Amino acid sequence: MNRPLTPPAAPGCSDAPILRERGQREVFCGLTSIIWLHRRMQDAFFLVVGSRTCAHLLQSAAGVMIFAEPRFGTAIMEEKDLAGLADANEELDREVARLLARRPDIRRLFLVGSCPSEVIKLDLSRAAERLSVAHAPHVEVLNFSGSGIETTFTEGEDACLAAMVPALPETDETQLLIAGALPDVVEDQALRLFSEMGVDAVRSLPARRAAEAPGVGPNTLVLLAQPFLGATAAALEARGATVLRAPFPFGEEGTTAWLAAAAEALDVSAARFAAATDAPRARARAAVARVSETLRGRSLFLFPDSQLEIPLARFLARECGMVPLEVAAPYIHTSLMAPELALLPAGPVIAEGQDVDLQLDRARAVRPDLTVCGLGLANPLEAEGLATKWAIELVFSPIHLYEQAGDLAELFARPLRRRAILGAKAPEAAS
Amino acid sequence: MKLSLWTYEGPPHVGAMRIATGMEGLHYVLHAPQGDTYADLLFTMIERRGARPPVTYTTFQAQDLGADTSTLFKDACLAAYERFRPEAMIVGASCTAELIQDDPGGLAEALGLPIPVVALELPSYQRKETWGASETFYQLVRRLAVHRPRSERPSCNLLGPTALGFRHRDDVVEITRLLESMGIAVNVVAPLGARPSDLARLGEAWFNVPLYPEIAETACRWLARELDQPMTTTPPYGAGATREFLAEAAALARVPAAWSEDGLRQPWWAASVDSTYLTGKRVFIFGEGNRAVSAARVAVEEMGFELVGLGCWNREAAREVRACARRHGIEPTVSDDYLEVEAAIAAAGPELILGGQMERHVAKRLGIPCAVISSPFHVQDHPARFSPQMGFEGANVLFDTWIHPLVMGLEEHLLTMFRDDFEFHDAAGPSHLATHGGPQSPADRGADRVSAPAGPAAAGPAAGVGWTADAERELRKVPFFVRAKARRNTEAYAAERGLAAIGVETLYEAKAHHAR
Repeated sequence: MNRPLTPPAAPGCSDAPILRERGQREVFCGLTSIIWLHRRMQDAFFLVVGSRTCAHLLQSAAGVMIFAEPRFGTAIMEEKDLAGLADANEELDREVARLLARRPDIRRLFLVGSCPSEVIKLDLSRAAERLSVAHAPHVEVLNFSGSGIETTFTEGEDACLAAMVPALPETDETQLLIAGALPDVVEDQALRLFSEMGVDAVRSLPARRAAEAPGVGPNTLVLLAQPFLGATAAALEARGATVLRAPFPFGEEGTTAWLAAAAEALDVSAARFAAATDAPRARARAAVARVSETLRGRSLFLFPDSQLEIPLARFLARECGMVPLEVAAPYIHTSLMAPELALLPAGPVIAEGQDVDLQLDRARAVRPDLTVCGLGLANPLEAEGLATKWAIELVFSPIHLYEQAGDLAELFARPLRRRAILGAKAPEAAS
Repeated sequence: MKLSLWTYEGPPHVGAMRIATGMEGLHYVLHAPQGDTYADLLFTMIERRGARPPVTYTTFQAQDLGADTSTLFKDACLAAYERFRPEAMIVGASCTAELIQDDPGGLAEALGLPIPVVALELPSYQRKETWGASETFYQLVRRLAVHRPRSERPSCNLLGPTALGFRHRDDVVEITRLLESMGIAVNVVAPLGARPSDLARLGEAWFNVPLYPEIAETACRWLARELDQPMTTTPPYGAGATREFLAEAAALARVPAAWSEDGLRQPWWAASVDSTYLTGKRVFIFGEGNRAVSAARVAVEEMGFELVGLGCWNREAAREVRACARRHGIEPTVSDDYLEVEAAIAAAGPELILGGQMERHVAKRLGIPCAVISSPFHVQDHPARFSPQMGFEGANVLFDTWIHPLVMGLEEHLLTMFRDDFEFHDAAGPSHLATHGGPQSPADRGADRVSAPAGPAAAGPAAGVGWTADAERELRKVPFFVRAKARRNTEAYAAERGLAAIGVETLYEAKAHHAR
């Protein structure tokens, strides 16, 4: 078997202490995942059962820029829904019936729990069962929670995929299952790479359409395309599947290690692996090298946001020569992150959770060359003279695999290049 | 429960944030779960603010619910006070915290902080953002404003501008300039730019100006009652209303009603011959209620448009909007359901839509020109340049902004004249616009069918009346920017007469019938 990875020269961050913080979190809740999930699943509708705040969050995070009749909406609870749960269930049934009548193209309906629905203990799993019976066989109704009291940002996708797993058909076929909502262009690249290795039994979760839902069983090997799918991994393991542990497919190195984990498990020969990957590896290396001129030697501070922070820090440190000072994630799934932490050069503070004011103090103290953070913090930090990269772009853009490695590096290089063009002195903020 | 796809307003605590973020030296401690911090980005992104909103979120999680969320709130309150040292604080609950009933007001009071702490009761399951802003401002004024000796010189307070208000920043500059030109000083502008200590000085002014009644009227009524301060009643929107406003202010300030109109170009621009083509343009106005009513007056009296639709998304202003619609003999649209608004717009078949961000998208889909006049707005409607909506300069801006999406007067004729030129075609829109007016994409190519989208909009009066091939060909010869109207009028004409099909004759009979 091909051994594409050189072990890190330094000890890595496997044993680094984790700074755990608890305080104000400047992080989205899991509902936000709906914005990319609904694009991915074209026959699905996401119905949040929540408050006006939930509706406003989705709209603000999505930007009214994708304005169209969206395949997500909020059943906004009102005073009378809080008074009696029986009535709330009736109201929900009525709104769902109305929605499905208006949108006959919908085959999968997700009832999405929110903070208020969790607090009043509205049982959406029972509602989903009830509605599944009522609207079978045309529509499958599932539920998951995207509430902020239980999930952060990308954990919404994890909860959604995990909710789909029990209903997947059983299969004994030896197959590879790629878990994680990827843009179509990226998914097609992955399928091509595996096909060139002679691996054709490759399925995706979530499938683009309900009819294409993958099977799962004891001979299913799972590759996680995203680092935030802990619950999904556990649900697939409960169905007998084997979840491969590997670094995530960001950058040339991460992509190679990710593909190699599957290739090894499926007995792909080293020659065949090399034949399929040599050319795109070389392209990715060249593309990253061009961009990393701007990034080399620059310091980096990642605020917790999408759970992509540790893999991205690994890519930016090892392939682009950046120097991470702090790498923070909303939470750290130690088993999924072990391969990444082993590769991440020792040095940075590894932080889990957030107390945003304290973390801002740390960022101000070290004044990183580039800060990766959410939209609520980006302009304020720019106004303090710190270059930033908005993290949300990382979940909206194709950044996985070889052909996107250069684009991924470019996302971080652009703010630095822009500052160089506009001149070193930061203008005073005005609104 | 009510299904909502897109909303015009956020929850009421976002209204409170608009007050806190507009002010200085005020801090808001919000009992809220993780995720509610999304609201920060409205301010840092849409307004490009260089500072975080002065809001501390307690960020409680599921595990805290069984334990002690009230301690979490008290700790957050104390930490915020220590870190930011505000002059005053507002405390309250977001929708989820309202359900766990921790009583932020009582908890904060128990801390005995050495500053005024105003507890907000904003019922999230009943009210919305604009009401939340109004209520927050009212509670602050009530708590902080006291009797003060009146200023020697005539003065007033400009009340209502907030963070994330549509052009509030520039309106304040323009109205201050006009008042000062008459010798009326502006005592306090609030909430925008004011400190809590400034609210204590409100009583020095001779009168109040509720610049945005939806936010300031409740506070102004309290000030009238408690501090005996009168208030103006006309928002200075458009040339005519600005004159009325200045006359009102002069009377309250006991100064001569004399002002300079240097720089006011809108009345002449509207009277000049190129504007003749604006006569009777069908306009649909939808937005915040007070703004919609003001805009209707400008549209009809100062631009010479025909008002074919009027509505608002805030029920608090519904009465004024309904009364105004009645005066113009049209049906009001009072709704916060954008699908309903879209259907009303499609049915009215306007040539211009004046609305907010949502209506901009509706307009794009229907292929109708549009200008933004109201919240909610997006980043492109928060310009770097000075661009007020109020006062005389505001009137100039309204003229420019509203006619910009339309085809110019002379150009309208040239487009017709050169229609059959081989280098020219319908897809060429107005020469000054890259993306408006002309059909651009395959989807837009159906734009001359105003009732194209599915839903109630499609059920026009003419459903079922078919066009002969000849008539369709003849219709294509009508310039694209009036083709929608021609199609609609012809179909209505045919439907009224129960015609089975529309021929070339019908087209011209309808044209004669509808000629104005």
